[in-house]
Amino acid sequence: MSDITSGPGAAAIRQRLRVRRARDRVIEAVLLASALVAVVTTISIVYILVSESVPFFKTVSLADFFTDTMWTPMFAEPRFGILPLLAGTLVTTMVALCVAIPCGTIIAIYLSEFAPHKLREIIKPVLELLGAVPTVVYGYFALMVVTPLLQKFIPGLPGFNMLSPGLVIGLMIIPYVASVSEDAMRAVPNYMREGSYAMGATRFQTATRVVVPGALSGIAAAYILGISRAVGETMVVAVAAGLQPNLTFNPLESAATITAFIVQVSLGDLPHDSIGYQSIFAAGLVLMVTTLIFNIAGFALTRRFREEY
Amino acid sequence: MAAATGVVSEQLRRDVQRRKLFDQLFVLLGMTVMFAALATLAILFLDLVRDGAARFGWDFFTSFPSRNAQRAGILSAWVGTSLVMLVTVAVAMPIGVAAAIYLEEYAPKNWFTAVIEINVTNLAGVPSIIYGLLALGLFVYQFNLGHSIAAAGLTLSLLILPIVIVATREALRAVPRSIREAAYALGATHWEVTAHHVLPYSTGGILTGMIIGLSRAIGETAPIITIGALAFIAFLPTPPLSAEFPYVNFTWLSDPFTVMPIQMFNWVSRPDPEFQVNAAAAGAILLGMTLLMNGIAIYVRYRYRKKINW
Repeated sequence: MSDITSGPGAAAIRQRLRVRRARDRVIEAVLLASALVAVVTTISIVYILVSESVPFFKTVSLADFFTDTMWTPMFAEPRFGILPLLAGTLVTTMVALCVAIPCGTIIAIYLSEFAPHKLREIIKPVLELLGAVPTVVYGYFALMVVTPLLQKFIPGLPGFNMLSPGLVIGLMIIPYVASVSEDAMRAVPNYMREGSYAMGATRFQTATRVVVPGALSGIAAAYILGISRAVGETMVVAVAAGLQPNLTFNPLESAATITAFIVQVSLGDLPHDSIGYQSIFAAGLVLMVTTLIFNIAGFALTRRFREEY
Repeated sequence: MAAATGVVSEQLRRDVQRRKLFDQLFVLLGMTVMFAALATLAILFLDLVRDGAARFGWDFFTSFPSRNAQRAGILSAWVGTSLVMLVTVAVAMPIGVAAAIYLEEYAPKNWFTAVIEINVTNLAGVPSIIYGLLALGLFVYQFNLGHSIAAAGLTLSLLILPIVIVATREALRAVPRSIREAAYALGATHWEVTAHHVLPYSTGGILTGMIIGLSRAIGETAPIITIGALAFIAFLPTPPLSAEFPYVNFTWLSDPFTVMPIQMFNWVSRPDPEFQVNAAAAGAILLGMTLLMNGIAIYVRYRYRKKINW
């Protein structure tokens, strides 16, 4: 009696199996290579930012870079103090957070604890649309709609200011804040809510005293990821905040952010080896490090709330 | 005694009523905030349509940009956007799906996989302008691609790669284990299981991710500005298809170009109010396309979720 391992067709079958296994190994290598694109991208970003900033920091000392209060790379006597750009970024981000944190948190609590299932399923993707609008369109909105509206309430508000783009960025990042906080709240196990209801607490009490404290690390992560988005936002400020670096903490003035400065320089045609060209990479490096810190903190916090329950 | 309980319960009832009122007030607050946010989106879209209404018409799509606002159009912009998107899909789709398959179906659980995963999550949070700087340093100057369609397409592919990877992984994860085990039991190899059984079931999720990624790419302005796209392009790239042999050519990849968001940005930043009308019209079209793509993505996800019964 011949079975499959020794019969007449066995050799052919074995041969085919070998081919299939070999093909599998080749495919796995291709898949791995694709996954490595992500790693290569990160390494390239760091490499490019650092290698292009090195010549910049040979001309401008780190002390000047962080303490000088003027950022005028295009002047005949250029000054390179990052502070005005950092101040602009800080102000627009703070304004954005004043919109996004309350709105995002309220929406998250409402969707997670109060809204009927059906409504939540419909409203969540629609809310995501707020984050999908092209940022240059938001820029137009800030410049042509929000600023004129604000000028009615705040006489003397200049056409370019940080308040209006800040508000619009806040609107834009509401979905990020809401969806990450909602995930965190939904991760709070139901027995905790049930325990609270059993004690006679209302929905609102359960939400604010059980669910929100329970999801705190996740909510904090949502805020931090929101900050990172706001810091990296470019076009809204480039369109509506003016492009003049200005060391001020007054949102009613016009100023430039790190991102807006990079756009402004890119619009001109700077020679490859000029200090102005190198300065955008130095600014980019600062931006990258800032957002990276926020992102790492945010992810560390989300991991914590996933482990908690 | 009875009177005391009466007083207490009266007090209690009022207390409970007050707390329940908070519940209702919060529902009201939640709905108000949510609909206010959505109403702003609606206002934004309607405002663009109203402001840009004067430009809508065939001419707007078939004219090049011009110094004369009334005659300026978006021909070079939408052609450029289409070609850049073509490159983006061609690069991001295969790499993104392959990377997701590796991470979800193949990767062993070790530090190396963890490094790749952390990289993907981190890349999703990198501001888009940083991708622009990467592209400027790497594609434009080191690879000598110049201010070309290829450079823009590659940049946007890298930008949406994390979106595609995350969406694909989610879609793959939703396929139940039993499907895989059944295929293995019949002697299928790892790749056969993946390609013949897991991938077909995840098509919907993968498509959704790809469309959302593209809708992000179509509106990206900052990275394209950094690689030096010009706003004033009064000619079209070489057509990719031609009537003579060899029918397809790739010279368009190295052509200079402009895209919709760049064109819009250029118009927004002009002081002449006439150009703001053009900006509004371009913005309405751009926003309309983004909303449409997101709508399709939501619909595809919904359809596939409904169709599959495990």
